[in-house]
Amino acid sequence: MLKVNNIEVSYLGVIRVLHGISLEVGSGKIVALIGANGGGKTTTLKAISGLLRTEQGQIRGGDISLADKRIDQLGPESIAKMGISQVMEGRRVLEHLTVEENLQVGAYRRRDRAGVKNDLEMVYTYFPKIRDYRKRVSGYLSGGEQQMLVIGRALMADPRLMLLDEPSLGLAPMAVQEIYEIVQRINQERGVSLLIVEQNVKAALGIADYGYVMENGRIVLDGPAEKLKDNEDVKEFYMGVSSSGVRKNYREVKHYRRRKRWLS
Amino acid sequence: MTFFFQLFVTGLALGMMYALIAIGFVIIFKCSQAFNIAQGQIVMLGAYFGYTFLMPLRLPVWIAIIASIGVGVVMGLVIERLALRPLLGQPALAIVMMTIALAGVMDGIAIMGWGGNYVTYHDVLPELTLKLGAVSVPPSSLLGLIVSVIVVAILMFIFRYTKIGLAMRATAEDEQVTRSLGIKATMVYALVWVIACVVGVVGGVLLGGVSGVSPPLSEIGLKALAVVILGGLDSIGGAILAGVMLGILENLAAGYLDPLMPSGGGLAGVFPFIIMLAVLILKPHGLFGLKRIERV
Repeated sequence: MLKVNNIEVSYLGVIRVLHGISLEVGSGKIVALIGANGGGKTTTLKAISGLLRTEQGQIRGGDISLADKRIDQLGPESIAKMGISQVMEGRRVLEHLTVEENLQVGAYRRRDRAGVKNDLEMVYTYFPKIRDYRKRVSGYLSGGEQQMLVIGRALMADPRLMLLDEPSLGLAPMAVQEIYEIVQRINQERGVSLLIVEQNVKAALGIADYGYVMENGRIVLDGPAEKLKDNEDVKEFYMGVSSSGVRKNYREVKHYRRRKRWLS
Repeated sequence: MTFFFQLFVTGLALGMMYALIAIGFVIIFKCSQAFNIAQGQIVMLGAYFGYTFLMPLRLPVWIAIIASIGVGVVMGLVIERLALRPLLGQPALAIVMMTIALAGVMDGIAIMGWGGNYVTYHDVLPELTLKLGAVSVPPSSLLGLIVSVIVVAILMFIFRYTKIGLAMRATAEDEQVTRSLGIKATMVYALVWVIACVVGVVGGVLLGGVSGVSPPLSEIGLKALAVVILGGLDSIGGAILAGVMLGILENLAAGYLDPLMPSGGGLAGVFPFIIMLAVLILKPHGLFGLKRIERV
């Protein structure tokens, strides 16, 4: 459904951050994009959603298409209209608005009132925790609840594709698990495709169908999630598990032992 | 006591007009973190338009007010399209600089269009007099009070209960988020400028009825800035309360303290700023500013 074809992105016209990224998200699939900090994962999402241009970034080459329509020349508002909604990094709730107002902002461009009402109910069913706080100022919710709120808000736009940017950021392992379970349910029950950027490799590959590993603005490795999970390099560098599968003892870590094979 | 109430009621009317003008400041500040330096000039041009509608064209007063709303809408759209849209995404300081330029342009328009003359039109305002016991409210104040209360009520309703108001409040919080949800930032900014111009122009027509019109009327923008700072920069309710407060206090100061001055007056003009200073010393964020939400 979403095809990113060999895009080059630079900021301010000079700082090149993506060097030919290609990836694909199939209809109804979950795709994980993993990698270390500064690898260009968030930039890739912003290139897709069009937010790049709000921060002086530019797609210099390649193209992006959604269901065979090119979207790389459109502004963020038009891309949102085509059914892509992004959940930005760091739980960007509209702090002084109530929980329900936040959700209504998500449904802003929709005209079908009955559908919006249904979806509001659906969001509350997925996230029963925030139903109790519907009249509360959203800035005071806990981190996990805020993350649920922003995912719910993106869902209110009735998207075909959701871009999640680090939904696990700063959350306790229990909260991460809870959110990932709900995300998976949303994918299965609503058929929404998902592109998830994540540092928490285990959580992301746990629900994903396919994964890409990014480093320094390039995709260095990709494959079905099951395979990536068993990949020695991924295990070693992102999951902290040694090749024999046992959890690493930090006393025995010898960094020079293993070299990233994709760097050769 | 009659004297006190007289001052109080005319002060209330004046304060509502301040509040109206201050709202223009507040919504632009909320949405783009920039002061609109040209707000006073919008008021002054509005007052000149009011003069044109009422004196040479002899329109009835209610029609004149509706026509001035039309002028405000057009003014807002033109300003947004020509001056602000190219600055979308630029830092707030660029917008402030642009409004300084706008202020200059508007001063020029006042001189080109009306010769910069002092004109008045309070004698064509309808004979609305209200007698409360011994207190009689002059028609220009009464008109100002009625119209500004109506306009403020409509605005509050729009912000609180309509979809477009929600979009404006959301954009004020986080433009990137709202754009990624499909809310057009340009549409919201156009609307914000339209509202700022409409309240400015309507406020100008009303104020011009009270004090007459000349280019220095644009100094009212500075007073509205005092109101806004007092109310807490991003609070519309705060702007209304602070406006009313300043209007009343200014009038009381003019009534009671001015005769005691050696020069026999002049205190009314500086009184709002004295209050602003006093409040800012005690509450640096103004009286009702939105608190930044910080969770511990």
